[in-house]
Amino acid sequence: MPEQLEKTVDTPLKHLVNPAYEKWRLLKDRLARYGVVLGGLGVIVAIVLIFFYLLYVVLPLFGSASAREIAQYATPQQQSGKSLLLDAEEQNEVAARFIDNGQIVFFEVASGKVVSTETVKIPPESRITSIAKGSTVSQGVVAYGLSDGKMFIAKTQYKINYDNNGRHILPTTVYPVSEQPIIVDEAMTALEAIAVNLSGDTVTIAAKTAQAVQLVNINQEKSLFSDEVKTNRTVATIDLPADKVEKLLLDKQGGHLYVLDKTGMVYAYNINDKASPKLKFQQKIISADAKVSSLVFLNGDISLLAGDSTGQITQWTQVKDALNNPVLKNIRNFKLADKPIVAIDPEQRRKGFIAMDDDGAVGIFNTTAERELITLKIGESRPVNAIVSPRANRLLVESADGKMHHWNVDNEHPEVSIKSLWRQVWYESYSKPAYIWQSSSASNDFEPKYSLVPLVFGTLKAAFYAMLFALPLAILGAIYTAYFMDPKMRQIVKPTIELMGALPTVIIGFLAGLWLAPFIEKHLAGLFLTLIALPVSVLICSYCWQLVPQHLRQKAGEGWEGSLLIPAIIIVTWLSFTLSVPLEAWLFNGSLRDWFNNRLGIGYDQRNALVVGIAMGFAVIPTIFSIAEDAIFSVPKHLTTGSLALGATPWQTMTRVVLLTASPGIFSAVMIGLGRAIGETMIVLMATGNTPVMDFSVFQGLRTLAANVAVEMPESEIDSTHYRVLFLAALVLFLATFIFNTLAEVIRQRLREKYSSL
Amino acid sequence: MISSKTNTWLQSGAPWIWFTAAAVSASLIMIIGVLLLITVRGIGHFWPADVSSFNYQETNGQLKTLYGEIIDTSETPAAAARISGYNMADNEEVLVQYQIKTGNRDVTGSDFRWIQERNIKQQDTPPELSVIERREWGNFYGTLLAVKDKSGVIAQGDAAWQAAQDKITETLDIHDEISHLEKKEIGAINYRLEQLRLKRRKLEITGQLTESAKTEIETEKTGLNKRYQELQTELSKLYQQSRNASLLVKTDSGAEITIPLAKVVRLYKPNVMNVFGKIGHYFVKLGEFLTEEPREANTEGGIFPAIFGTVLMVLIMAVIVTPFGVIAAVYLREYAKQGFMTRLIRIAVNNLAGVPSVVYGVFGLGFFVYILGGNIDRLFYPESAPAPMYGTPGILWASITLALLTLPVVIVATEEGLARIPKSIREGSLALGATKFETLKNTVLPMASPAIMTGLILAVARAAGEVAPLMLVGVVKLAPTLPLDGNFPFLHMERKFMHLGFHIYDVGFQSPNVEAARPLVYATALLLVLVIIGLNLAAIIIRNNLREKYRALEG
Repeated sequence: MPEQLEKTVDTPLKHLVNPAYEKWRLLKDRLARYGVVLGGLGVIVAIVLIFFYLLYVVLPLFGSASAREIAQYATPQQQSGKSLLLDAEEQNEVAARFIDNGQIVFFEVASGKVVSTETVKIPPESRITSIAKGSTVSQGVVAYGLSDGKMFIAKTQYKINYDNNGRHILPTTVYPVSEQPIIVDEAMTALEAIAVNLSGDTVTIAAKTAQAVQLVNINQEKSLFSDEVKTNRTVATIDLPADKVEKLLLDKQGGHLYVLDKTGMVYAYNINDKASPKLKFQQKIISADAKVSSLVFLNGDISLLAGDSTGQITQWTQVKDALNNPVLKNIRNFKLADKPIVAIDPEQRRKGFIAMDDDGAVGIFNTTAERELITLKIGESRPVNAIVSPRANRLLVESADGKMHHWNVDNEHPEVSIKSLWRQVWYESYSKPAYIWQSSSASNDFEPKYSLVPLVFGTLKAAFYAMLFALPLAILGAIYTAYFMDPKMRQIVKPTIELMGALPTVIIGFLAGLWLAPFIEKHLAGLFLTLIALPVSVLICSYCWQLVPQHLRQKAGEGWEGSLLIPAIIIVTWLSFTLSVPLEAWLFNGSLRDWFNNRLGIGYDQRNALVVGIAMGFAVIPTIFSIAEDAIFSVPKHLTTGSLALGATPWQTMTRVVLLTASPGIFSAVMIGLGRAIGETMIVLMATGNTPVMDFSVFQGLRTLAANVAVEMPESEIDSTHYRVLFLAALVLFLATFIFNTLAEVIRQRLREKYSSL
Repeated sequence: MISSKTNTWLQSGAPWIWFTAAAVSASLIMIIGVLLLITVRGIGHFWPADVSSFNYQETNGQLKTLYGEIIDTSETPAAAARISGYNMADNEEVLVQYQIKTGNRDVTGSDFRWIQERNIKQQDTPPELSVIERREWGNFYGTLLAVKDKSGVIAQGDAAWQAAQDKITETLDIHDEISHLEKKEIGAINYRLEQLRLKRRKLEITGQLTESAKTEIETEKTGLNKRYQELQTELSKLYQQSRNASLLVKTDSGAEITIPLAKVVRLYKPNVMNVFGKIGHYFVKLGEFLTEEPREANTEGGIFPAIFGTVLMVLIMAVIVTPFGVIAAVYLREYAKQGFMTRLIRIAVNNLAGVPSVVYGVFGLGFFVYILGGNIDRLFYPESAPAPMYGTPGILWASITLALLTLPVVIVATEEGLARIPKSIREGSLALGATKFETLKNTVLPMASPAIMTGLILAVARAAGEVAPLMLVGVVKLAPTLPLDGNFPFLHMERKFMHLGFHIYDVGFQSPNVEAARPLVYATALLLVLVIIGLNLAAIIIRNNLREKYRALEG
C-alpha cells in the first residue's frame, strides 16, 4: 500500500507544471466518468432488453392476420367454360382451374398466364355432372362424376426442376386408378354427387344417382409374379332416399361416410366394412330457418364445417355422449356476415379455413383459437371459387365477373389466442372442453394444444409444496440462528447453510430423481411417521431438558439446544423408518402406497409433487434462511434488551418485538424464495415425470413452465408458433419473478431505512 | 391438572425455542446427509469390489452358477412381498434380495439382476474370477481360459494371465496410436480441407475466384488428400494389428466366448488383489475418470471433455463478466448520487439475480444465437451457408449468457468491497490532488481487488453448476471435438461443448442404461460438488480476510 500511495502522490506532483498533461488527466477523468455511468446504466439496459426482447418475440402471436391483393387478372381461358374447382401448389407459382368441359388449365399464379392445358378423357357421349376433391385433399385428386354412371379420377402433379435459370414447376395430370372411366352405377344413371377416398391401391367411392346412394370399393391387387392386376369390387347401397341427399363426404381414414340431406340432417355411416355400411348416428346441424350452403371437412377429417344461409359457420366433431354413444357435437360457431356462405376451403396444414359469402366477404378463421383473423372484401362481384395455398399464405379467389384475385396472406400464428392459452378449449374428438398442453406431433393433422394453464398449475403446485416444506424449516431456523443460538455455533451454522445455496440444482435434482424418489416410494409410511414423530420428540426433549438440574444446564450452555437435538433427530428419524415397516404391515396390510391406491383410489407416481416439494424445498431453504436471518439479526439490540428488561421472556420478546420489527424482511425472504421456486428448472425436470396433468394430489407428477421450456425449446423451430409460445412461457416466468423480486427489494430498502432511523 | 412446573415451562416459550432449534438441526442434518450421500457413493465407484460366485436356485428350481458384484440389498417385509407376488413361508419375516451386477450384457442382455438370498445355496469368491473392462457391452465377469493369436492359442492355463496382460498392454499402445491418428492427424486434415472449401466458396461469392486461386486451392487439396491416404493406410495397418489377438473366456453359464483384445481396456482379478493393489487400481481408475473420454454412450470411461468444457466456458465467462460487473459496482458506489436512480439500478440488479436461469437460456437462444449469431454469419461467414457458424448454439453464446446471469453476483460482491474501504483513504488521495479516476484506479480498486476476486469466484461457482440455460445455448451430450485444439485459430468459440452439470442430467436421465451409469453420475456429482464448495469456501475465506484487514485500517 505505501508504494501505491507514493505513486499517487508522486506522479501528479511531477507533472504539475505541464498544462497539457493536466488537461489530459482531466479528460481521462471525465471519460472514465462517462464510461462508468454508461456501465452502471447498462444493468438497467440489460434487464429492460431481456423484457423487451421476450415481448418482441411473443407479440406476433396476438397480432391479427394481414392480407393484400398482389394481382388481379381475367380468369385464364374464361371462354372454355365455368370453373368447377381451383387448385394451387406448394410454391405459389402455378395454379389450376378445373373447367366443366373436362379441361384443366394450369396458369401462373402471379400473372394468370396459361402454362398448359390438359383435357380429361371424358367419353364424348357423356358429360360431367358432379365433381369433388378426393380425400386426402393435399394429394390433389379430383373426381369427376359423369352422366352415364361412370366416373373419372385425375390427379394434378407439380414436378420441380432446377436448371441454371432457377426453379421450374411443370404441372401434369395423371390418372391414379385407371385411364378409363370407372363404372360406378351399373344402371348408368348420372352421378349427381360424388366423394372419393384414395388410399394405396384401394379406391372408395360414394356416389348419388337419382335412384340411390351407393358405396363402391375397388381394390386392385397386383400379382407378385406377373403384371396381372386383380380387381376386387364391392358395392353397397345406403338406405336413404336418394332424392333428399345433397352432399357426400368420405373421411381420409376411410372409416366414415357423411351424408347431408336437404333438411340439414347429417347421417354418419361406419364404412369400415365396405360391403355393409352401418348408420352410426344422425344429427341435424342447422336451425329450422336456415339452410346448409357448404359442408366440408376441417383439416384432419375429424370435424365438419358447415356454412349456412345466415352467414354462420358451425364446427361439428364426433364425441362420446354420457351413455358412451357417438354423437356429432357442435363445438363452436363463427359468423362471417349476414349473407349466405358460398364456399369454405380448409387450410391443408392447420386447423384453419377461409369462408366466403355471397357478398364477396372473405374471412380467415382458426378453429382451435376460435379466432376470426381477418375479414376481406374481394372484388366487386360475387365470389364463385376460392382456394388457400398449401402453405396458407396465398389466396386465390375467382369472382362471378370473370376475374381472378390473387392475395397474399400473412397469417403466421392463428392457432393462439388469449382464450386458447388461458381458457378451456374444446379440442377435436374430446368429449368436453379442457386445459391441455400438447405441443407437437409429426403429422400436419395434429391440433396443437397450447394451454398454459396446466403448466402454470404445475408451477404453482411445485412451488406450493416446496414452500410448505421450506418455510417452517427456513424461518424457524432463521429465528433460532439469529436470536437464540450461541454466537460460536452461529459462525459455523450460517455459512454452512448458505453454502448449500450454492449447491447446483442439477445435483439436487439428480438425487431427488434417482435416490429420493425410489426411497420415498419404498418408505412412504416411514416418511409420514417421521413427520409425526419429530415434533413430538422435540417436545419431549424440551420437557426433559427443563427437568435436568440447573447447574448441568448452564454447563451445557444456552444456545446449544440445536446441537443437542442433532443426535435426537437422527435417532428418531431412524426409529421411525425402522418401525414403519412392521407398522405398515400391521395397519396398512403391507404397503401404505397400495393402501392409498386400493382404499382411497389415490394413484402413485414415483416422481411426484412430494419428491419435488422436498427437493425444491431443500434448495430454497438457504435463500429464505439467509435473508430472514439477516433481517432478524439486524433488529436493533436496544429493542430486545428493552423488552427483556421489562420482564418479557425471550420467546415473548421474539414474537412481540423482534418478529414484528423484522416481518417485512421475512416477507421479502419468502418472496425471493417463492420466486426461486417458481423459476427452478433442473429439479422439477428431474424429480417429476414432466406430465402436464392438473391434479392436486401430492402423489402425482406435474410439469412446470420452466421445465417445459427446457424440454421443448431445443426442438422448436425458430419463429414458429411453438417457439413463440415457449417465449411467452419464459415471459410469464420473467414477469412473475420480476414482481416478487421487485416487491422484496422495495420492502428490504424500506426496512433498511427504518432500521437506520431506529 | 397440569402441574405448575409444566405450566411455567409452557409459558416460558421453551418448547417453541426448541422447535426453532430443531428446524436448524434438521436443515443441518439434511445438508450433511446429502453431502455424505454423494461422497460415499461417488468415492466408492472406483473401488474394485470382490466378485462373488453364487450357486443359485432359480424360481423354477434349476440350479445355476452366477458371477457378479453385489451392488444393492433390499429388505421387503413379508406382507409387502406377498402383495408383490412372492411366495413367503409363514416363518419368513423379510425377503432379502441382492442386486448383483452380472455384466456380460452381450450374453445375457442385461447388466444387472436381482436374486433372493434364500435361494442362494452357496456363495464364495473364487480367486480365478476375472473382470474384463471392455469398450463395448460393459464389463465381463468370468474366467480366462486362453489367449489366442491369428495363428491359434498362444497361452492357456496359468500362463494365459501373463500373456493376456502383455498382449493388452501391446494392444492398448496400438489403440492409443490409432486414436492419435484419427483424432489429431486426420482431424487436422479434415479441418484444413473444410477451411479450403470455405475459402473457395468465399472467393466464389466475392467473385475473386481466379484461375490461379483455383489451382492453388486444388494443389493444396491434393496434397492434403494424399497425406490423408497415407494416414488411412497406416490406420488400416494398425487396425489389422490390433485385431490379431483375442481372449478366450468362460462365462458363469459355462459358455465360452471370444473377446477381441481391441475391445479390452483392462483385465484384473479383484478377488486376489490385496489392499494396496486395490488402492492402486482405484487411483488408476480415478485418473482415467478425470483424463479420458467417455465410452459407451457416456456410461463408462472418463469425463475429461466435460471438465474441459466447463472450465473453458467459465473462463470465457469470467473474462466477460468482470469488467461489466466492476464498472456497474463502481458506478453505484463511487459515481452515482444515492437516490432514485441507484434504487432503480439496485432493483434491476436484484431482478437480474432473481430471473429464472432458464429465462436467460431462452433470451440467449433468441437474442445471442439467432439474432447476433445469425447476423454475424450473414456478414462475416457467408461462405459457410446454409450451415451456420455462430448462428447456432456454441460455447461463446453460452459464456455470454452465463456472464449476464452472474453479473449481479459480481456487482454485489464488488459493491460490498467498495463500501468497506474507509472514506478517509479516498479523501486522502483526492486531497493530494489526484483526480477521481486516479483515486479509483490507483487506490480504491487495488484495495477492492480481493472483493472483486470474491465476486468472480462466486460467479464462477454459480456458472459451473448452472445447467438449464446451457441446455438451450450450447451444451451437447457428446461433442466430437473440444473447443480448444491444435488447429488455427485454436480457440473455436462457435463449437458446442460438454458440461459437467449437463453430463449429470444427461447420463442420469437420458441414458439408455441408467442403472449402469448411476455410479458414474455419483462420481461426476461429487466432483462438481467438490469444485463448487471449494470455490465458495475460497470466496468466504478471502472475504473474511478482507474484513479483518479493513477493520485494522479503520482502527
